[in-house]
Amino acid sequence: MVLGLGAFLAPFMTLAANRIVAGEGVPIWQSAGPGVTLPGLAALSAGLALGVLQIRPVLRLLGAALGLAALPWLLSQGAATLLAGAGQYARVSPGAGFWSLLVILALLAADALNGLSPGPLARAGLLAAVLALLALLLGSGALSDLSVMQEYASRQGAFRDAALRHLGLAFGSLAAAAVIGLPLGLACYRRARLRAALLPVLSFLQTIPSLAMFGIMIPLLGWVGDSVPGARAMGIAGIGFAPAFLALVLYSLLPVVANTVAGLQSTPPAAQEAARGMGMTERQRLLRIDLPLGLPVILAGMRIVLLQNIGLAVIAGLIGGGGFGTFVFQGLNQTATDLILLGALPTVALALVAAIVMDILVELARPIPEGRS
Amino acid sequence: MRWQNLLRGALIALLLALVLRPVWFTPVFAPFAPEGGPVIYDRSSLLSLSLSHLGLVALASTAATLVSVMLAILVTRPAGAAFRPLSRTITNMGQTFPPVAVLALAVPSLGFGAGPTVVALFLYGLLPIFENAMTGLLTLPPATMEAARGIGLNRRQRLVRVELPLALPVILTGIRLSVVISLGTATIGSTVAARTLGEVIISGLLTNNTAYVLQGGLIVGLFAVLIYDAMVQLETRLSRRRAR
Repeated sequence: MVLGLGAFLAPFMTLAANRIVAGEGVPIWQSAGPGVTLPGLAALSAGLALGVLQIRPVLRLLGAALGLAALPWLLSQGAATLLAGAGQYARVSPGAGFWSLLVILALLAADALNGLSPGPLARAGLLAAVLALLALLLGSGALSDLSVMQEYASRQGAFRDAALRHLGLAFGSLAAAAVIGLPLGLACYRRARLRAALLPVLSFLQTIPSLAMFGIMIPLLGWVGDSVPGARAMGIAGIGFAPAFLALVLYSLLPVVANTVAGLQSTPPAAQEAARGMGMTERQRLLRIDLPLGLPVILAGMRIVLLQNIGLAVIAGLIGGGGFGTFVFQGLNQTATDLILLGALPTVALALVAAIVMDILVELARPIPEGRS
Repeated sequence: MRWQNLLRGALIALLLALVLRPVWFTPVFAPFAPEGGPVIYDRSSLLSLSLSHLGLVALASTAATLVSVMLAILVTRPAGAAFRPLSRTITNMGQTFPPVAVLALAVPSLGFGAGPTVVALFLYGLLPIFENAMTGLLTLPPATMEAARGIGLNRRQRLVRVELPLALPVILTGIRLSVVISLGTATIGSTVAARTLGEVIISGLLTNNTAYVLQGGLIVGLFAVLIYDAMVQLETRLSRRRAR
């Protein structure tokens, strides 16, 4: 609650003369005419108040949603008003107040949702609705006065490439890690000695800082590209997509292998016994008993991998691997905050969506206790 | 067990040599350097970069440990139980944020330099420690707690003498996770002008000097692996002592 009040007082938006200099803060009530700010402020306060009170989760959720809806509205109205009186190169961006309110309201909404504990399908529907609203908001041009959106407008093609590359890195390495890691996990599950030898090695790999790992990949793959005939033609070289991809796959192996082993081990002995009693072969037991029962744990490993790789793929931007990291590091070099945001915000959004989707999948994979199958 | 100790000693010796006497490795790295270019990073001493890197991580991790263990204690007391669901939501949502994104987002609000790096490391380091400390304090064996109450320990004594020592291995695991993430993220910190070992790698990437990249990568990697290993050793020793 204290945080919410502080967020009100903090500058809601910042106005800068151009894209490099630091802007000056503008509080909510000065960002637009009273006809806009008063209803906006009322909605925000109602949202915060409803969210904090100990009332039914549905009401808290509605309150948080009301507050969340007020935020972009205030932003779009405020941006237009502020820019009207400023110079040609003036930039308006959301300030600390906006971000704090966004985080607080989102947390309140998530907390209220937890209280409601909706089923997986309801959550998927909700996620789709929120994403559709977000797409509508961004597509409608209501926020196009904001500086992040202006950076986007001047880089649409590059942004699309970066997004595709980022997704390619994150999901491609997940797929590769699954193809290698699942059989490896199965082998580890069967042979305790292999498990004892392999898992420590994989967890050491995981501790190597990402920048170092990417760095070590460069001479390694450069050498492969130079010495193995045909490798260069396949795009294997020291700089670019290949070293980033390989580094991500190496990082992904531990969660996949360890969770596959843990998932297979989690099969209750009674189920194993029953399957053996029914005369199932080892192969049948694996496919019909162990894998379906271990699936939630295996998927939880995939969730870790996906989130980790979405974050690590940012670092690929440093070694010419593309992805949103390109914008982040360009922005850091030019001290252009908006460019940093253009790279960081989609990454965060992607990670959040991936986390929610994977949670839903894990829940769907969980066997139903009553056992209809 | 013996060859493991041997390997450990060899890695430590290699790391020390890489940091203190980098010139020894000139013939090793020479093939990777560009024609006629410098082989060994000499723009600043590797020792001072290492110390600054480890210092940043130590500062952030210590602060994160103190704050998050305190928060976990508060939340697991009866008075703080109301905040438990909210704090769980915060940790779950916070951990989906990529550490690099946290670092990048800290720059617009805090500026460049070591400051934002430490803040980003601290903020991100809180989550795993808090989560583990909360789990550790909530999953104590009920029989032990009953016994502690039975011999007349008050709440404070129970916390200091029973709950915290029992939860220690789990808390240490959280600290280890947090330190490993911090070591890696601090490397990226050199892109926002913090003095860390990442500087060596980045300058290698910028000047196409693979020798620098390899040198920095090896040092950072060895530090991370050895620190991780030391903390695992500490944990096993502690839990072994507890089992006795």
